[in-house]
Amino acid sequence: MDIALTNFVTLAAILFTIGVAGIILNHKNIIVILMSVELILLAVNINLVAFSSASHDLTGQVFALMILTVAAAEAAIGLAILVAFYRNRGSIAVEDVNSLKG
Amino acid sequence: MTAELVFFWIFAITLVASAVAVITARNPVHSVLFLILAFVQAAGLFLLLGAEFLALILVVVYVGAVAILFLFVVMMLDVDFVELKQGFVRYLPVGALIALFVGVELGSVALGWTVSSGAAQAASPSGTIANTQALGRVLYTQYAYFFEASGMILLTAMVGAIVLTLHHKVGVKRQDIATQVSRTRETAIEMRKVAPRTGI
Repeated sequence: MDIALTNFVTLAAILFTIGVAGIILNHKNIIVILMSVELILLAVNINLVAFSSASHDLTGQVFALMILTVAAAEAAIGLAILVAFYRNRGSIAVEDVNSLKG
Repeated sequence: MTAELVFFWIFAITLVASAVAVITARNPVHSVLFLILAFVQAAGLFLLLGAEFLALILVVVYVGAVAILFLFVVMMLDVDFVELKQGFVRYLPVGALIALFVGVELGSVALGWTVSSGAAQAASPSGTIANTQALGRVLYTQYAYFFEASGMILLTAMVGAIVLTLHHKVGVKRQDIATQVSRTRETAIEMRKVAPRTGI
């Protein structure tokens, strides 16, 4: 492989940062927040696969597979909660989620 | 500059650009479409890294299932997204500051790491067999419990999503097989004496 590992790690760091910024900037829209979380998990996956490929060890790819599973489950549950919340309240603004008075 | 490096830069630049578009797009439908583009670029990067199985799984599972799920939810909910976009500019300094901190921290790690001399050497199969085959050999033997646990996670997610979104409307006539089967002749038929030339 010709590409340096640092390239991939730096790319993943940039992607992670974009995801964190997305959570803060779109703090009202929970759909975009969920998409930002997906971006963060993608950055982590790129890291795992890059290190796995560089060290010729498949463990990283196995863990990337687990992260894919958990991310899919998280997206499904998150969107289901979102749909249930919208059905009850007629809105998905994060500021309206204050029933628990937390 | 080799072909691999050229492709790396193409994928990387498109990935970062589409990630920025995901968080800045006005319309969430556009956000989802840019998210799909980002996943496809990441699949290309995985291909460059020699992880073909994960690349294809990323396309099949993410682009085919998760992103489409997002798309359905965005289109199904009738939400005023312009109102939700307010505060974007107001939070831009705070967001940029936190992103700067996180970026500097991650960048210092990304550029300054070294491999420990005591790190365990890889024991995974490599060489002539394909990536998918090698991954299967590791996944179904060494990580079998993790594999089963991820199956349990998916089952839990499926049950949870169904329980959260399923709701019965009152007044809808549904087929109730148990009631149908448990009908007997006594409950179903009623014998009446009808006098001639009159109705019931």
